[in-house]
Amino acid sequence: MEQDGSIPDKQGFLLPSQIGDVPGAENWRSMYQYFTRFQPDDDKRFWFYNSMHFPEPVPAFDSITSEIPYQAIGANTARLFVFPPTLGIEHRIVNGRVYITANPVLDPAEIGRRAAVFGPRAGYYYENWNSLYEGWKERVRGLIAQIEAIEVPSLPEWEEDAVVFESRGVAQNHYLQENFAKCLALYSKMWHHHTEMLMLGYGAYVVFFEFCAAAFPEISDQTVGRMVAGIDVIMYRPDDELRALARLAVDLGVHDLFTEGCVAADVLSALAARGPAGLEWLDAFAKARDPWFHVSTGDGFYHHHLSWNDDLTVPFTALPGYVAAFRAGTMHVRPTAQLMEDRERIASGYRELLTTDDEKAAFDQMLGLCRLVFPFVEDHKFYCEHWFTTRFFQKIKAFGALLAREGVLAEADDIFHLHHTEVDQALADLSLAWSAGSPPLGGAHFPAIIAERKRMLKVLRDWSPPPALGPIPEGLNDPAVRMLWGVTADRINSWLHPDPEEMRGVPASAGVVEGVARVLQDVNEIGELREGEILVCPVTAPSWAPVFGKIKAAVSDIGGAMSHAAIVAREYGMPAVVGTGDATKRIRTGMRIRVDGDRGTVRVL
Amino acid sequence: MTEFVVPLASAGSPADVGGKGASLGELARAGVAVPPGFVVSVGAFAAAMEAIDGDGALRASVEALPVGDLPSIARVTALARERVVAAPLPSAVAAAITAAYAALGADPDVAVRSSATMEDSSAASFAGLQDTYLGVAGASSVLGHVRRCWASLYNDESVTYRRRLGMSEGSLAMAVVVQLMVRPRAAGVMFTRSPVSGDRSVVAIEGTWGLGSALVAGDVTPDSFVISKITGEITGRRVSDKGRVHSFLPNGHGVSVTDTPASLREAPCLTDDEIRALAAIARRVEAHYGVPQDIEWALLEEADPGAAGASSSADRIVLLQSRPETVWAARTAPPVAAPKARAADHVLSLFGKHL
Repeated sequence: MEQDGSIPDKQGFLLPSQIGDVPGAENWRSMYQYFTRFQPDDDKRFWFYNSMHFPEPVPAFDSITSEIPYQAIGANTARLFVFPPTLGIEHRIVNGRVYITANPVLDPAEIGRRAAVFGPRAGYYYENWNSLYEGWKERVRGLIAQIEAIEVPSLPEWEEDAVVFESRGVAQNHYLQENFAKCLALYSKMWHHHTEMLMLGYGAYVVFFEFCAAAFPEISDQTVGRMVAGIDVIMYRPDDELRALARLAVDLGVHDLFTEGCVAADVLSALAARGPAGLEWLDAFAKARDPWFHVSTGDGFYHHHLSWNDDLTVPFTALPGYVAAFRAGTMHVRPTAQLMEDRERIASGYRELLTTDDEKAAFDQMLGLCRLVFPFVEDHKFYCEHWFTTRFFQKIKAFGALLAREGVLAEADDIFHLHHTEVDQALADLSLAWSAGSPPLGGAHFPAIIAERKRMLKVLRDWSPPPALGPIPEGLNDPAVRMLWGVTADRINSWLHPDPEEMRGVPASAGVVEGVARVLQDVNEIGELREGEILVCPVTAPSWAPVFGKIKAAVSDIGGAMSHAAIVAREYGMPAVVGTGDATKRIRTGMRIRVDGDRGTVRVL
Repeated sequence: MTEFVVPLASAGSPADVGGKGASLGELARAGVAVPPGFVVSVGAFAAAMEAIDGDGALRASVEALPVGDLPSIARVTALARERVVAAPLPSAVAAAITAAYAALGADPDVAVRSSATMEDSSAASFAGLQDTYLGVAGASSVLGHVRRCWASLYNDESVTYRRRLGMSEGSLAMAVVVQLMVRPRAAGVMFTRSPVSGDRSVVAIEGTWGLGSALVAGDVTPDSFVISKITGEITGRRVSDKGRVHSFLPNGHGVSVTDTPASLREAPCLTDDEIRALAAIARRVEAHYGVPQDIEWALLEEADPGAAGASSSADRIVLLQSRPETVWAARTAPPVAAPKARAADHVLSLFGKHL
C-alpha cells in the first residue's frame, strides 16, 4: 500500500488494509454493520485500538455500544458545541475490535469560524455548570425510569378484555418492535446526555494540564490530577455502602455468615432465618441496593457487564474481606481530610512557584474550572454507564427471554449475538407468526448463525490487536483522546518503539512495588484475585473498588491520568501504571513484575 | 591589619574570602553542614603578591597580553606561575595558615580549593577555571598547595578568559578554602531547578560512588534523579553504569582512581531516603538564597568519624559548595498565561488557537 509522501512507512503503524482475518473467524464481518468496516481511504489516517472500552471482541448486539456513543460524541463536539479544532470520533471494527480516530480541523480559517460559535455556547455551560448539572441529573434519572418502565410484550393467546372495552385497538405484537425501538432510542438519548457536558469537562482539563506542562515542564499528569480531584465522588458510594454493610453485620452479630467463598443466595436466606438481626441487615441491604448496587462490574460496554444487583458475586466476594478487616480494625478508610489537605498543599506549592501575579491568577481560574467540572466528569459514569446501561441490557435480555420462550433462541442471552437490526427482524418475524398463528421462522434461521458467532468470538479473543494503525497523526486535538484515552505523542512513540523488556504507560500513581501478577481479562474473573497480588487488566473500571484494598498495585492496558483507576489508585496511595497498551498480553498470571508508578513502567522480573 | 586566615563559620565578604569561601561561610551560618575548615583570605594573597611582584611588573606584563596570542600567553603565564609557586611566603601568612591548619587536628587530610573573588557569581561563572587539591596533609604541603591555587590564577585558560573580558590584573585576587577531607560514600551535584527544562518545581540530583571529582572530571556517567519539591515524589531515576570510582587516600596520598566493584557499578548510589534528604537540604539552601542553586554535595560513610552517632540520611550529608544557578537564570521566559475575563475563556482561547 502506497503511503502519503510526508509520512514514511517505517515511521507509521500497520495499515488497516494490511490486517488479515483471524483464521477460523473469517466471517466476523457478519456480526457488524457495513459502515463499521475499514475503507481503502482509511489507510491514510491514524487509528488507535480503543481497548479501554472494548478490551475483548465485541458480540454482535454489543456493537451498539460503539455505534450509539460515537454518534452522540461526534454530534456534541462537531455540531452542538462546535469545538474549533475537532469534529467527531469515527470508529471501525476489525476482527471484533474497535478502532477509533478523531477528525481534526486543521484549517486555521475553519478553526476561527468554529471558534466564533463555540465561544458563547461553551461559555454558557461553564458559567451555569452546577445548575445545568442538577437539571442533567433529573433528565438522566427520567431516562432511567423510562427504560425500567418499558414492558416486554407477553404475547397472550388472546388480548385482554381492556384492549377491547377501552377501545385501545392495538394488539401486543405491535409493541414488540415499538418497545424494542424505544429501548434503543432511550439508549441513544442517554448517550447524548452523557456527552452533553463531558467533552467540555475534558476541555477544561486539557487547558489546565497544558498550562501546568508549560509552567512546570517536568510535572506529571498524576500530580496535576491530584490538584483537581475532588473527594465527594459518587463512584465511591457503592464501595462505601459495602463497608457499612460489613460493619453492620459485625454490629448485629451476623458476621459469621460472611466467609471467604460464601454464596450470596445462601447468605441471604440464612439471614432471613436469623430473626430480627438478620432482618435488620436485609433491610439495610435492600436500601443500599437501590441505587448504589446499580454499579456495573465492568464499565457498561458489554452486555455481560452486569450490575451488582444483577449478580451479587462481586459484593459478596468483597464482604467477607471487609468484615474481617473491620473486626481486625484494619478497615481502609478513605483519609478524606488528608486527601483534601494534600490537594490544597500541592496546588498552593505549585502556585507559589509561578513568577508573576498574572500567572497565579490564570492558574486559579484554570484550576477552579477543573474543580468545577470534576464532579460531573467523575459522577456521570454512575448514572450513564452503570445505572442506565445495566438496566438497558437487562431489558434487552428480557426481549431475549421472550424470543427464547417463542422458540427463536435457545436461551435469553443469545439475543446478544444478534445485531440490533437482526433483533428487529426477529421481532417482526415473531409478530407475524403470533398474528398468523404459525411458528416464527427465526427458530430455523438464527441458531446456526449464533453458534458460529459464539465460536468466532472465542477465536477472536486470542488475537492481539495492534495498539494503533496507519500513519502518525498530524495533530491530537480531541480533548477526550488526550484526557480519557491518554493518547499523546509520547504514547504513540512508545507504541512505535516497544522495549522488549519493559512496558511503558502513564505513571498514574506514584511508588514502586514488586509482586505477583494476576491477569484478569474479564471483570467476571474478579473472584480469582488474592491478597497482595498486582492486578493486570485491560482497564480498571470504577466498580472494581472493592479489590483495591486487596491489591498491591494496578496495571492496565489503557487509561489516562484522569481515568478513574488512576484517581482511585492515588487515593489508596498504591502504585499504578495505566495505558501500557498490551500488559495483559505480555504478562501472565503468576509472573513476578515490578510496577514503577513514578516512571510509568512495568517490568517482568 | 588584614586577617590572613578566616574561620569558615565567619567567612562573610566575598571580597575577603572569595565566592566559595563566602558561600561556605553563609551555608555554615544557615545551619547547613559543611566540612570544618578555614579560608586563606584575599589579604594573604595580596601580602604574598606584594612580596612576589612588589612593583606590579609581572601583572602588567600579563595584562598586556593580546587575547589571541597563545604562544605569548603560554610563556608569560608559565613565568608567573613559577614565581607564585617558588617565592617565599611572608612569614606572618605562613604562620597564620600553619596555626589554622593545626587547629583542625594532627596533620589531618584536607582539601585545598581556590576561591576566586570573581567566581561563583551569577554574572560570570568561572567554574572549573581554578584548582582544587584533595587529600593534602602536613603543614608544608598545605602551604605549597595554597600557592598552587594562587598560581592557578595564571593558567592559560584563566588568563585568556580575563583578557577576553578585559579585566584588570591589578584588582585580581584569590582566597583559598582549606577544609577537612570528607570520605563520601557517594557525592555529586544538585540543582534546585531542572537543568534540562528549567522547571523550578523539581530538584535534579546527579551522583556517583566515592568522591564527586569522578563526576566533575567526567570520569563517569552519574546516576541521576529528579524529585518533585511539591510532592516529594521521585519522578526521574536513571541509574548508570559507573565504571570508575575516585576515593581519597589518607595521609596526604591524594586521590585514587579505581574500577568500581562489579556489584556497585549498576547499583544506585543513593537510596530513596537519601534522595529525599538531599532534596530537602537543597530546598532549604534555595530558600535561604532566594534563587535557584547549583550545589555540590557529599554523603558520608556511616562509619565516618565526622558523622559519629549520625543515623538519619540528612545527618550524613555535607555540602561542599552552593552557588546561584546561572544558565536558566539568564533566560527570560514569557509568562505562561494571563488571567482572562472569565475562566471559561481559557478553554475558548486554547481550542480557538490556530494550530
